[in-house]
Amino acid sequence: MEIARQTKTMSQTTNRDGVLRFWKRGQLIELNNVLPDRMLLDLLREDLQICDTKEGCAAGDCGACTVVIADAVDGERLKFQAINSCIRPAHAIHGMALWTAADLIQEGALHPAQEAIVQGHGTQCGFCTPGIVMSLFSLYQRTCAKDEDLHKADVIDALSGNLCRCTGYRSIVDAAFSMHDYPKVLEKEKEIASQLLKMQSCEHDVVNYKMPRELLALLQLRTQHQEAQLVAGATDVGIWVKQGMRHLSHVIDVHRVRELQTIELFDDYLCIGAAVSLQEAFDALAKERPKVNEFAARFAGWPIRQSGTLGGNIANGSPIGDSMPLLLALDATVVLKAWRNSKVMSRELALSEFYLGYKKTAMLPDEVLVCIKIPRPSANEWLGLYKISKRCEDDISALCMAIRLEMRDQILDVVRIGLGGVAATPVRAMKTECILQGREDAHAVWKEAQVTIAAEFDPISDLRASGAYRREVLGNLLERAYLERAHQAAVRLEDLS
Amino acid sequence: MNAIDAFPRPSNSHESAVGHVQGTAPYVDDLPLIEGTLHGVVVLSSRAAGTLSHVDWEWAQAQEGVSGVVAGRDIPGSKKLATYVADEDIFAEDQIEYHGQVLGLVVAQRREVAARVANAVPMQIEAKAPTLNARQAYAESSFVLPSVHLQRGMLDDGWQESVYRLSGKLEVGGQEHFYLEGQVAYAMKQADGQWLIYSSTQHPGEVQHWVAHALDISMHQVRVVCRRMGGGFGGKETQAGHLAVWAALAANKFNAPVKVRLDRKDDMLVTGKRHPFSHEWHVGFDTDGKVKVLDSLQMVHCGHSADLSGPVADRAIFHTDNAYWLPAVKVTSHRCKTNTQSHTAFRGFGGPQGVILIETVMGDIARRLGKDALDVRLQNLYGIQDRNVTPYGMKIEDNILKTLITQLATDCQYRSRREEIKQWNSQSRNLKKGLALTPVKFGISFTATQFNQAGALVSVFTDGSILVNHGGTEMGQGLHTKVCLVVARTLGVSEQRVRITASDTDKVANASATAASSGTDLNGRAAENAALQIKKNIALCLAQSDGCSENEVLFMNDSIVTPQHKRSFQEAVQFAYKQRVQLWSDGFYATPKINYDPKTLTGRPFYYFSYGAACSEVAIDLLTGEYRLLRTDILHDVGRSIHPEIDIGQVEGGFLQGVGWLTTEELVWDQHGKLLTQGASTYKIPTAADLPETLNVRLWTEENREANVGGSKAVGEPPFMLGISVFEALRDAVGAVKDSIRPVELDAPATPERVLHAIARVRETD
Repeated sequence: MEIARQTKTMSQTTNRDGVLRFWKRGQLIELNNVLPDRMLLDLLREDLQICDTKEGCAAGDCGACTVVIADAVDGERLKFQAINSCIRPAHAIHGMALWTAADLIQEGALHPAQEAIVQGHGTQCGFCTPGIVMSLFSLYQRTCAKDEDLHKADVIDALSGNLCRCTGYRSIVDAAFSMHDYPKVLEKEKEIASQLLKMQSCEHDVVNYKMPRELLALLQLRTQHQEAQLVAGATDVGIWVKQGMRHLSHVIDVHRVRELQTIELFDDYLCIGAAVSLQEAFDALAKERPKVNEFAARFAGWPIRQSGTLGGNIANGSPIGDSMPLLLALDATVVLKAWRNSKVMSRELALSEFYLGYKKTAMLPDEVLVCIKIPRPSANEWLGLYKISKRCEDDISALCMAIRLEMRDQILDVVRIGLGGVAATPVRAMKTECILQGREDAHAVWKEAQVTIAAEFDPISDLRASGAYRREVLGNLLERAYLERAHQAAVRLEDLS
Repeated sequence: MNAIDAFPRPSNSHESAVGHVQGTAPYVDDLPLIEGTLHGVVVLSSRAAGTLSHVDWEWAQAQEGVSGVVAGRDIPGSKKLATYVADEDIFAEDQIEYHGQVLGLVVAQRREVAARVANAVPMQIEAKAPTLNARQAYAESSFVLPSVHLQRGMLDDGWQESVYRLSGKLEVGGQEHFYLEGQVAYAMKQADGQWLIYSSTQHPGEVQHWVAHALDISMHQVRVVCRRMGGGFGGKETQAGHLAVWAALAANKFNAPVKVRLDRKDDMLVTGKRHPFSHEWHVGFDTDGKVKVLDSLQMVHCGHSADLSGPVADRAIFHTDNAYWLPAVKVTSHRCKTNTQSHTAFRGFGGPQGVILIETVMGDIARRLGKDALDVRLQNLYGIQDRNVTPYGMKIEDNILKTLITQLATDCQYRSRREEIKQWNSQSRNLKKGLALTPVKFGISFTATQFNQAGALVSVFTDGSILVNHGGTEMGQGLHTKVCLVVARTLGVSEQRVRITASDTDKVANASATAASSGTDLNGRAAENAALQIKKNIALCLAQSDGCSENEVLFMNDSIVTPQHKRSFQEAVQFAYKQRVQLWSDGFYATPKINYDPKTLTGRPFYYFSYGAACSEVAIDLLTGEYRLLRTDILHDVGRSIHPEIDIGQVEGGFLQGVGWLTTEELVWDQHGKLLTQGASTYKIPTAADLPETLNVRLWTEENREANVGGSKAVGEPPFMLGISVFEALRDAVGAVKDSIRPVELDAPATPERVLHAIARVRETD
């Protein structure tokens, strides 16, 4: 396969079909014949010989390949995102601006994200550094560039998707804080945004990589191409390609579908579009349920939360996805739509009925997950969100538990327990819920529930934990939920910070 | 978080920092490809043990886009790798020794084509039951090398003098290097039978030797170049050689340049890791907690071949004392052969596996006696005048342990925090805190005396710029930055004048591996010697010209000054050039004083010791076994620091890597011997969130008592063992569940599951 590379200024561009176009370092890059499963990193390193971004793991876990992309919010402003280029299909950045580490130089000077690392002795072997710099650049754009303060949690969050094996991170964290100390550098957002808007007006009409902008178009495509792989952030699909050697001959990318991007608050529920990023979805949930913040910070790393979507996490149906236990406990429902007989058909399903088996959902081949509806909290709601993993941050759960209680006087009026890592699908602990529901909120009752929950599931042993540990901790987390509410003293490690 | 240094700060950052932050400092995989380059991808055994009856190379060869395959039949030279013991096949042809063993390569113009085919090559293996761990291998008498015994003092007397006895077992897990840059080599034939190999290697000379051996050519036909590695940590000491040999064999067969790069999964499946250890120990001690006798059985999980396991296991023996005087001691070390990756060098090189044993024993002695573990440690420290000879017969002449530990204990308010924690624990129902202060004493030098030599080449050009080359390699540790500084200081010039070039076997012959923390000690001194020779040449020339003595010629502030003249460095250099003075020189260094008999394991294997100590505080959750690292204070000895920021970077990075080894980093093999943790999603190295909430790092301010380069001390490996403070703090917290006098049984890595298990054991006992 030959890839034709052309770089032109915008004015020279013609409105040709089937071309992947993006903006990089003041230039428009146009590429023909890019395969639907070509990942951005491979395109950069192998096809374009742009080697300033590195491959560390090719699975979105180490961040050496982190690049920053930006989309036009309007004619004036850009929305910046740090992403893992190793698992992002190259076509997904069509119409966007792209920065890799070498692009940050302005008038011969290093960017503050770079200068801070150099001066702060934040590099050793330097292989993770371009990715670290891009994560810091993204942090810079959302904080320093807007004259906002940097908080430690923001810095740790921004670096959560970047592994460094040499430094021990202290120098990098300190360097991040010192970005403020250097003269402010701004990107030419207005100029770039206007170029992007122009670029986006050229249709990206690649035969086997479709990027519809309207829901109706998506539904029609889905009906026509049921064999096509649907992707949003591709944070898992990208791994199937890179690690599983799977070949995707046809992709429908939903991340630009307008209707899937919305977050709406209704009287009874919050409605989150399926292609809303995990980070934005958690932010929306956390507005009324602040505990979600802390839980969200342990969901993957920052670039994955930027790219991955709530709908993707749900539709993928992994038994160890972390959003489902939460959504199960919140009695969330999913809205599925399909184009049948020239009509849009719609149905709404409780999430607890959505999973049929290991990575098997109730979604029909022509259906698309459109949005997730989450009932709003009552005044009596209590939420416990527990994730057990070997590493605190950016690790896959050995066990995940979300407990929602609604109290009426001293009675456990409503009890919902969502679980991950204990069965072939995300599940509710129905039997245990029954033990608790309608009972008095007493330790003895919870002790009874602990016995029940340990018997309710038969979790497997795998590399993350033994089945015996999972079963024991299931009960112990119920104890934690009780203690957390019954005691003033620190019960959780998080209480110590 | 702060870092305090005792010496003036050099202004320079890492010599490649500006390139690092732009991503423009090239690694091997970034080099522009020569036209016609092919890519090789490894074909791996799908079983851990058995006989290989067939590999369908014909199928692979027939696939679209495939240039061909490389297997055992394509090796012109020896089919064994040129390892010390010559016990490893370049490509397995008959016996399968582990899951992930390389059978050959699929070669194609496009790497992804080669990868798809290599991953699908049909093979038939008559599988047999694998030997999975060191205990099983020991039971089966399966060894890669003969067992080794070290004994000092009378054990029987020790047992008689002991008031108390304790015994225990400790499983210590391995560790994946997880250098961010995977293994890679790029090999190409050149004119006149010459070869050029770009290799991400800590040991270009070894790569040169192995490639020559496999191609059946002379070493002078092979040139190996390495500008930088994206991390090494020991993982690119021998392991890089395999890649280079594979790439060279493919390049030889196809008459084209060939690059072989392991992706993360293949890298984890193929290459060796830190050796897991199974320890069994018996200790006798008196009422003060003073050890009278230690009997240690060390079953070393070596994997399928010897590789560096002999010296690794030896270094574990040499560090079983760590900081402590053991009047009677016996160590038995079995080098167990298992059907896994062949475990290899990894920062500390067996030292950490020895140190952790004695540190856990100290913790358990304290528990038995109801004493503070720091007091037990202080009681047992090596003495200055007496109690100062190691089990291998080396007198410790530079012991600073007591003052260093006492200083750290004061700085971090160990005693008052101990009381606060006791109080806090008595109030806390579900969370318990733990505190531990552990020291490290680490022997510096290769135990194989012959490796303690280095060469360098320094060239001064007529414009006053200086080029340095030496036998060491840059893996991120800042070696090149330090060597540049040494040369700049020697010649009295600013470091901006001094550049370093890639490590290159054409420049310095027979260079040792950059390993054993010795990079700066050896190469820094060699470069200094080269610079001193040039300095002498220039001084002699100027002295003759100006009519002064050689000693009156001063090199300072980018100038060369005699009582008669002040010349800029450049002027002086040009002057000397015109006088036909040699402005370049080699330099050589061989570490003095060391000697060691590998048969008896006695002598003075180490030039000196590096010291340090860390105090860590943790909290554990009794319901889940989860934990947090709350605070760490470190005081570490680097002698007179050549570059404090780089040294602090080594201390902090080593510490957190040590913490990872003992906490989150768990290698899991299934019952068939397949490594399940094959990538970053399943094998968890620390993230920025794993930094302790409070981290204080200070450098000890005394210069090396031995005449080491610049008065400095080696820093690469010793701080790794500071991570043991976290493991001991975790055990302290587990012990706080109940005032048990029994050893806390916690294996490493201390995953939440193991911590919960240890809590249950403590609750069950007594």
